[in-house]
Amino acid sequence: MKPLTSALAILCLASAAAASAVPGTPPAIEVQNGWVRWLPGGLPAAGYLTISNHGDKALALVAESSPDYGQVMLHRTVNNGGTEHMEMVERLTIPAHGSVKFSPGNYHLMLMHAVHPVAPGNTIHLKLEFSDGSAVDAELKVRPPTQIN
Amino acid sequence: MPTPAKFARLASLLFLCALLMTACDRQAEHWSLTDVQGHLPDLEFSLTADNGHKVSAKDYRGNVVLMYFGYTHCPDVCPTTMAHLAAVMQKLGSAADHARILFVSVDPARDTPALLHAYVNAFDRHASGLTGTPGEIEALAKRYRVAYQDEKPNASGDYEVTHSSGIYIFDGSGHARLLATSSDSVDTIAHDVDRLIQSAT
Repeated sequence: MKPLTSALAILCLASAAAASAVPGTPPAIEVQNGWVRWLPGGLPAAGYLTISNHGDKALALVAESSPDYGQVMLHRTVNNGGTEHMEMVERLTIPAHGSVKFSPGNYHLMLMHAVHPVAPGNTIHLKLEFSDGSAVDAELKVRPPTQIN
Repeated sequence: MPTPAKFARLASLLFLCALLMTACDRQAEHWSLTDVQGHLPDLEFSLTADNGHKVSAKDYRGNVVLMYFGYTHCPDVCPTTMAHLAAVMQKLGSAADHARILFVSVDPARDTPALLHAYVNAFDRHASGLTGTPGEIEALAKRYRVAYQDEKPNASGDYEVTHSSGIYIFDGSGHARLLATSSDSVDTIAHDVDRLIQSAT
């Protein structure tokens, strides 16, 4: 009997330890201040947000999608002495204990082919996937085109 | 015949006037934005406005024109610039009645008058969208040395257009006067545009 009781005790302690290790651990990635600059006529819209990495290891944003748009792409605006163009970004590193802010003229998410009508005042969702296999659901508030930031 | 004293005073007065006039002249030439007077041709074009009508530069004479080349499928740079220019119109207040924003499309294939109409009106009522045949757009772009190029379409057929991003500012007589970029503040642009508006009245 004694070995079985000990085994059971060990098992209980082990599962208790395992259970306490998961809750209370904050996710490494946090997304804040998400907003979309709406454009009329079903035109591609730009999404902006700030990604913070609270973990000890750098993580990379490797995929982005949305239940509200048919296509989402991460781009960066590049200015070559007066000529602007957009570059597709396949992988964006978020440094450990650091953050990356998407803003007009810089990193932005190109949101195309909305699956339902989207208007200023709405909230849309993005799924951001990272190099460690984690995924974050981000909420972005849709703003009218004249709002500067 | 004036006395020597009176003559001296008259001479001083004339000298002072000359000095003031020169000083005024110098001040009138100081702009915050890049001064391009005499370096770019007068505003001339033949295009289609967002109401579907053919227009020429003459239709905008009497207004200070802020001209920007862009396209509606551009999600970041163009809307950022248009929002910036809309803020300039807000800052101008009633003076904006004598200003116009001209958004010239470098993507006439997709930018129909109807789409341009929805686009410019989402920003400011002083904005007009202009489109035309590829040749008409090319003629205006060439006139101001504006470069633009369609990029390769992706699998869905979407494509981007690389383009110069300057804001060309013309006075009410159609003369090219100033060049701004979106890094010039709303206050700076509004200040210079207001001076151009006031100098015509």
